[in-house]
Amino acid sequence: MNERFDAIVMGGGPAGLTAAIYLARARLKTLVVDNATIGGQTNLTHEVANYPGVLNVSGAGLARIMKSQATSFGARIIGHADIIDFDLSGPEKRIEIDDEGVFTAPVVVLATGGVPRTLGLESESRFKGRGISYCATCDGDFFTGKEIVVIGGGNSALEEAVSLTKYATKVTIVHEFDHFQAHPWAVEEARKNPAISFMMNQRVDGFAGGEKLEGVITTDKTTGATVTIPAEGAFLFIGYTPNTAWLKGQVTLNERGEIPVDESLATNIPGVFAAGDARVKRYRQITTAVADGTIAALAAADYLARNQIQA
Amino acid sequence: MLDTNLKHIDSVEKFNDLVKSGRKAAIVCGRMGPMCIPVYGVMESLEAKYPDVEFFDMEFDSPIGMKTIRSLPETRSFNGLPFTVYLRDGKVVAATSSIQSKAQVKAILDEKLV
Repeated sequence: MNERFDAIVMGGGPAGLTAAIYLARARLKTLVVDNATIGGQTNLTHEVANYPGVLNVSGAGLARIMKSQATSFGARIIGHADIIDFDLSGPEKRIEIDDEGVFTAPVVVLATGGVPRTLGLESESRFKGRGISYCATCDGDFFTGKEIVVIGGGNSALEEAVSLTKYATKVTIVHEFDHFQAHPWAVEEARKNPAISFMMNQRVDGFAGGEKLEGVITTDKTTGATVTIPAEGAFLFIGYTPNTAWLKGQVTLNERGEIPVDESLATNIPGVFAAGDARVKRYRQITTAVADGTIAALAAADYLARNQIQA
Repeated sequence: MLDTNLKHIDSVEKFNDLVKSGRKAAIVCGRMGPMCIPVYGVMESLEAKYPDVEFFDMEFDSPIGMKTIRSLPETRSFNGLPFTVYLRDGKVVAATSSIQSKAQVKAILDEKLV
């Protein structure tokens, strides 16, 4: 099946869904495509407590509302899409999805978000779900009465380390630098918790164990001393990386893989805009993604109007 | 009951009948949490593509989960949600712990259940 749209939004997280809400509400025929679950990283958030206008909501719940809003205005949404091919060059952009067809549009909003960063170690994948976890609220209770390690030095690492002391008898925070990136209040909260200890300036070399994780191997970056920290659990909170590797060669990326944009969130390709965590920006929050989605949609609509293009 | 569009395994008898029948099945045993929801979504998206495989969910914290998937030898070393088990000919042919991508699930289905 071939179908032409006014706009294709690549990515179904808060930025993409917001863009879809604005585009569809402007009566522009809009398609949202995501190669994973609609909602993006919001789905990975147990509770969203700082989204204005909403007191408490799960990340998945918030994403579900955004998706409903987008579809209520007429946007079509395809999740878990197997994208076979795409071409952003030229006035008509093209995307081919397995089992769905070929879709074209004069404008595309890239809202491909980010993916959790991993250490990339072979032993990391071996012990995933057997001691290594990326979600304290999901897996914390598996480690009741046990010793664990938290890897990372940002807000997530520090906050989750504190929350994991509800279960674990001892939490060792392992960080690659000699200082934390987390806010001072998060560091203070962790430092005053007697169940938490700190190993700074460490490189994680691997994970040890048999059927299950038994230890985390680290090397002190100053002294070169290698130790195995006994631990049945290791929680990784080492940030996110832009989900843009697959766009390389089609749109300009910086050295960190982020998409450079101008004030209206236009990329280097006419008709292609970028919003959310995939673009160059300092603060990555649901609220900033939503703002990006709004700006990108309005700029895309303006681009269509100026060029008098409509499906 | 989990809020998914998958079929639910809501009794031990239902699980045992499924095993005895020898049918091909994938069962995701989890909660409505950040690591589980994406896996339910993956399974939902694959139902049409694998018509001879049945896709189910099961509540991790229920007695059913405790007496079935959580007590299997194949999940003994698991400590990451969800626990996903693949059945064929009355046997567990694959089992995974924690979040899985669509590509990872497809690889198992293609290798073990097709």
